Amino acid sequence: MNKNMNLKDNIYLDYQATTPLDPRVLDEMLPYFNERFGNPHSRNHKYGWEAEESIEIAREQVAKIINANPKEVIFTSGATESNNIAIKGIADFYKSNKNHIITCVTEHKCVLESCRHLSNNGFEITYLPVNQDGLIDLKKLEDSITEKTLLVSIMAVHNEIGVIQPLKEIGQICRKNNVFFHSDCAQAVGKIKLDVEEMNIDLMSISGHKIYAPKGIGALYVRRKPRVRIKPMMSGGGQERGMRSGTLSPALCVGLGAACKICYDEMQKENNRLSKLRDMFYNGITKECKDVYLNGSSEHRIPGNLNLSFAYVEGESLMMGIKDLSVSSGSACTSASLEPSYVLRALGVEEELAHTSLRIGLGRFTTEEHVKKAVKDIVGEVNRLRSLSPLWEMAQEGVDISKIEWAHH
Amino acid sequence: MAYSKELVDHYERPRNVGSMDKSSPEVGTGLVGAPACGDVMKLQIKVNNSGVIEDAKFKTFGCGSAIASSSLITEWVKGKKIDEASQIKNTEIAKHLALPPVKIHCSILAEDAIKAAIKDYKTKNRKNST
Repeated sequence: MNKNMNLKDNIYLDYQATTPLDPRVLDEMLPYFNERFGNPHSRNHKYGWEAEESIEIAREQVAKIINANPKEVIFTSGATESNNIAIKGIADFYKSNKNHIITCVTEHKCVLESCRHLSNNGFEITYLPVNQDGLIDLKKLEDSITEKTLLVSIMAVHNEIGVIQPLKEIGQICRKNNVFFHSDCAQAVGKIKLDVEEMNIDLMSISGHKIYAPKGIGALYVRRKPRVRIKPMMSGGGQERGMRSGTLSPALCVGLGAACKICYDEMQKENNRLSKLRDMFYNGITKECKDVYLNGSSEHRIPGNLNLSFAYVEGESLMMGIKDLSVSSGSACTSASLEPSYVLRALGVEEELAHTSLRIGLGRFTTEEHVKKAVKDIVGEVNRLRSLSPLWEMAQEGVDISKIEWAHH
Repeated sequence: MAYSKELVDHYERPRNVGSMDKSSPEVGTGLVGAPACGDVMKLQIKVNNSGVIEDAKFKTFGCGSAIASSSLITEWVKGKKIDEASQIKNTEIAKHLALPPVKIHCSILAEDAIKAAIKDYKTKNRKNST
């Protein structure tokens, strides 16, 4: 692909994959790449003290957005690392007493893979199913808890379908049963109100690049009262309360802190703005195209995500047609496996419909003009591809496609 | 993924899109693939008395490579005798469109589709002549 490809005319609508760096965040970071280069762990001179102070301010900013004490926040490289430390670290520490973990089938791969790793090492894992709206059943969660249950790990906001799990209720169940509660909040921070006290969250994973901070920085909240113990994954100088060794990058930490502060200050206003854009997007499409379905709860979802199935139009061909828009296909057709999204399948979305899905992510730099152009392009392309689609033709003739005996290959 | 010019051209300006009357004795219809697998091709040929394909039409549900493969094969079969058309190999389609390895199955599907259409035409006409 051409490296000089012009991105100017391309509309970015994939905010769940990553977000651009907010220029205000970059401004805060820049000095730490230049004159303020000190090692925050140097205790003997001004360079070190200055770097340390900047990191502690950032730690406070991260703590504030989740109502935690700054001492409970450790910096990591991102949510994948945080999820690994949380799940494997707690399992490693408590394994002699408890060996059961409950998670959910639609969790991010790094959570599922961490659990799979543990299941190969003597742990029992329960994978809760989800309802058609993408939410877990609290009764099933409670019924799955045994006296051997150590941890419940449920994400707050889903990366593909944007639904919000009932964190407060899950936290209550965990606390009542004396089980630790970890939540992957990579997609939730700055988008919904998070409160580790109100929600009884013991461990929380945070990502920088989903909230307009750079890639390569994240955080893990680890509760101090009552204390949650985890075994570190890396040996080293014992930084970050011994849980995550390695010299921190002040520039990256400052970036995460600044990003959290902006989200904290602007969340309400931004959510209102995004809700309007999202409604405009959804209504614009459904007004012009029939047989378009929203995946995941319409009520319990963040405003910046739409996951839509366009029946009778294959997702990858749709993406190829809307080449001025950067969206993500719900199906993983570009991979050799040709399997549609495991998340949509878990919701009970039919395989043929899962192949027709797009994930549209709206964010801080999305404008009304972007939405209008995107709606126009998508509607045009869906109609064009439907005119090419034998399935659309059959549906219009009243043929029940599910009754045809297809030769699966 | 970077696609070839030929592929993009067939995807953006597909040739011979449409449908013919599948009950007509001159028309052979092939419907291959499955919605659950992400691609379905319908390919139709209209054959004259001397066994020459006078017209071909397609409709495809699938990725850009699948659409381009079916568009291309309709161009290729037009004017050919049905026995010649059945000799078209998927590798020729894949080569012409420079399909990436994960998309080779699209060309196989196009080959299956023309074979199925010819088979349908022959089945119909065997019945008619007896």
